[in-house]
Formats: sequence, C-alpha cells, structure tokens
Amino acid sequence: MSMISQGAAERDDAGTDAQVAVLLPRASAREKTLRIVIPILTVILVVVAWQAIVSINHIPKYILPSPVDVAVSFFTSDWPILLPALWVTLQITFMALVLALVGGVAIAVILVQSRWIELAVYPIAVILQVTPIVAIAPLLLIYTPNTQTALLICAFLVAFFPILSNMVQGLKSVDHNLLNLFDLYGASRWQQLIYLKLPAAQPYFMVGLKIGGGLSLIAAVVAEFSAGSSGAGSGLAFRLLEAGYRLNMPRLFGALLLLSLTGVAIFGATSLVSWLALHRWHESAVRREN
Amino acid sequence: MSHVSKVFSNGTLALSDMSLTVNSGEFISLLGPSGCGKSTALRIIAGLGAASSGTVAWPSSKINARGLPEGDIGFVFQEPTLMPWQTVFGNVFLPLRLQGVSKPEARERIMATLGEVGLADFADAYPRELSGGMKMRVSIARALVTRPKLLLMDEPFAALDEITRQKLNDDVLRLWRTSGVTVIFVTHSVFESVYLSNRIVVMRARPGQVYSDMPLHTSYDRDALYRASEEYRAACFDVSKTLEEAIHVGGGRH
Repeated sequence: MSMISQGAAERDDAGTDAQVAVLLPRASAREKTLRIVIPILTVILVVVAWQAIVSINHIPKYILPSPVDVAVSFFTSDWPILLPALWVTLQITFMALVLALVGGVAIAVILVQSRWIELAVYPIAVILQVTPIVAIAPLLLIYTPNTQTALLICAFLVAFFPILSNMVQGLKSVDHNLLNLFDLYGASRWQQLIYLKLPAAQPYFMVGLKIGGGLSLIAAVVAEFSAGSSGAGSGLAFRLLEAGYRLNMPRLFGALLLLSLTGVAIFGATSLVSWLALHRWHESAVRREN
Repeated sequence: MSHVSKVFSNGTLALSDMSLTVNSGEFISLLGPSGCGKSTALRIIAGLGAASSGTVAWPSSKINARGLPEGDIGFVFQEPTLMPWQTVFGNVFLPLRLQGVSKPEARERIMATLGEVGLADFADAYPRELSGGMKMRVSIARALVTRPKLLLMDEPFAALDEITRQKLNDDVLRLWRTSGVTVIFVTHSVFESVYLSNRIVVMRARPGQVYSDMPLHTSYDRDALYRASEEYRAACFDVSKTLEEAIHVGGGRH
C-alpha cells in the first residue's frame, strides 16, 4: 500500500508546507507606469477633442464653451464665487457622511442585538430610504431652523441607508464556527462584538463607505437643487443652476468640473481607506494570480 | 457523559441514549458513518448546543457558569476557522485575550505553542498566505495555547491531502505524548483512528449511539514502522469489520 512510502516521506518536516507561503511578486514598473499614464492620456485626448469640435464648428460660448473658455473664465472671474460655494457643498457632504457613518454603524450594531429590535426599526429605515428626498425637502425647510440644516438632513438620509444595510449584512455574516469558538471560550457579548463581529464586517463597511461617500455628494447637490437658497451661504449646485439661468455656460461648466473633481476625490479617498484596511487580509484587495 | 440524547429543531434524532466515559490521558477516536452523530456528540461535550436529555459530568472542581470546566477544553473544527483579519499570532492569542491575558504576558506562551506546531517563523503571516496544512496547525496551536486538559478534534484533517494529513497525524501524536492532554478525535477514517488512538469508539446511526468500544494496545511506537506492521493491519481489519456491522445495523446507508 502506498501509505508505507508516505510514512517515510513525511519525516521531512519542513517539506511541502513551508514553500507555499511565498509572497506575491510586485507588479512590474512598466505596468505601474502604464496604469497611471493611460487614464491621464485618455482625459487629455477627450479635452483636446472637445476643444477641436468647438473650434472647428464655431460653436458659440453660450451653447458649448471650449475647455479654454472654461479655464479662462474660471481663473479670471468665477473662482471667487465658485470656491466659497464649493466649500459650502463640501461641508454638507462631509458632515452628512460622518453622521451617516456614525449613525449607520451604531444603529446596525443595535439592530443585530435582537431580532425584535430589527423587526421594529428596519421598516422605518426603509421608508426613509425609499422616499425620494426631493419630496421631503420642502417639509424639512418648514421644520428646520435654516436651509443648511435641511440640506444636511437630506444628504444624511441618502448616505445613511447603504451604510446601515451593508453593516447589518456584515455583522450577520460572521463565520458560524468562529461564533462557536467564541462561545466555547466564554466570550462576552462585548468581546464578541469587538473582536469578531466588527472586524468581520469590515469589508461590508467599506462597501457602505464607498457607496455612502458618493451618494452624500449627489444628495447634497440634489437637496440644494430642490431646497437651496441664494445669497452668501449657497453651495455649488445653486451656483450651477444660477449660471444656467443666465446662460453663463463657462461658469456652469466650471461648477460642474469642481463637482466632478470632488466626486473623484471622494471616490479616491474612500478607495484608499478601504485598501489600507483590507489589503493585508481580504480576498477583494488581493491580486489574483493564475 | 451519560444517557445523552439530542433532538434537532427539525425533529431529527441525532443522538439517543449515548453514554461514554473518558479517562484522563486517553486518545479516543469516535468512528462511524456520516450522520451517526459523532460531531454532535463532540459539540455537546464542548458545550456548544445543549443535550435534549442526559448529562455531561466533569471531574474538575472549577466549573464555570455554563457548566463547563474553566479553560480546560480546546476545540479544533473541521475547517481551520481562523480570523482572516488577524495574523497567525493574533489568532493563537484569541483564547488568552478572551480570558483577559495581556499581549506581553501571552507572547511567550504563544511563541512556544507556535514552536510546538512548527510555525514559529510564521507568527506575522496572515491566514491567506498559508497552505491548508499550515492553517490547520494554527488552529491546533490556538486550541493548545490555553494548555487544555481535553482536546476535541472534529474531523480536523478530512479536507487535507494524504501526505499533509499523515504529517499532522504524527504531530498530533507527538503533542499528545508530550503534553498528556486527553484527546477525543472524530474521524471517518479507519486507518487514521487505528494509527492514532488507544481507544476506538465505533458509533452507529439511526439512532446515534455507541455501537462498540474497542481498546487498542500496541507494542509498537506509533510511527511508519507501526503502520507497516501486521498488528496495525489486523487492528484495521477488526475495526473495519465492526464499522461495517455498525453501518449495517444503522440502516446500511452512508
């Protein structure tokens, strides 16, 4: 029988196991450069094409301004208006996101403690989520002391739900054997939460963070479209609408560009946070190699 | 454990009137066809899921609130069941951490236990960087780090290849000999059970209970030579025959 020969082979203790734990090779320098260069080239190409189309067809500024028009207008006259407006929008976005993160995680932790709490609270969360915020905005304007608070609540409501539902899902999908192990060693509920459930929910939290980050900006803009006010404290979305009414297309594009850049920055930041938290252990952050 | 029965919530009778006395220092294999309640019995001993009737009695005087001897049980699951977000060190630290031992205090014990399973160099590795056999070693180290009196193993090597499995069998034997721990080892492999244990408890299914309790004494050291011996072959033959009878009385289905 083959078992005899195996008996001899496995004396060699360091044998098969030790060789498996080899670190993955790093991406080659050439691939890394290409990874950065290709997206940048694509963006430059699009901007050049845009400029060419506007110049060749002599499209007037009030219909489609060229990239040069947008840049010139932004750096000469628009930035004193747009940058403070961006600051207002950013404040609402980030306050909403922070509130949604804290609230979403806290409520998710409470929800998973008992089936009854979950049954009682979840429908309210769903109702708040599925109701379009544009429809609540007029009400909020009446009930809240100022516009900023109304906008903040709108943005919070939108960003809150994906974080909550992902977190609930994450806290519930803990390996049952690990739960058994914690029971075996007599872990308290608190220990189970800190050492097992919260770390295990990290990948889900990161998904919630990415979605919530993007949504909080979108929600801040949409809320301002429906409830924003003019004057010193108005955000980018209001400036964008205003520029549209005045047919000031270069400024409208400038505002749009700032919003896009903000969105990209938020996406980049949340992706970075996610990578930092997960890259050492989670499958999603590991490069597949076959 | 005496007269233990277990009925699952779906009405399945997993264990019926099962009695088993475990003596200190034994290496017991629970052997039987799938569905005979081996794992269920092990889980009841570990206090994971209460018995529907019957009792599990412990000689230890220190019994905690859940009726288990304090810190005296180690459990190795069928899968390694490691926390992927923790390093090997962190995973082995877990039982001590849950007992309130601080990291500096625990370090020496953890490194010693990792040394025993041959993983001292991998303390800072994450589970995904390890092979299946190494993950299982981490799991064994975690079970042993509290210096338990009783080590429960639930088909721990079923998913491993034959070579790794034999190597781990030898490791378990060595750890059993040096530490004097009592081991209850659930398996469905006759060869594994005969190689490892000095007592084989064959179980039958429908209803799950002890069919035969076979002490197994050998003049050999349990190593490659033993596995090639006539004595080993004869023991395997005996146990296989008993197992077949157990399967037969249990309805003949696997």
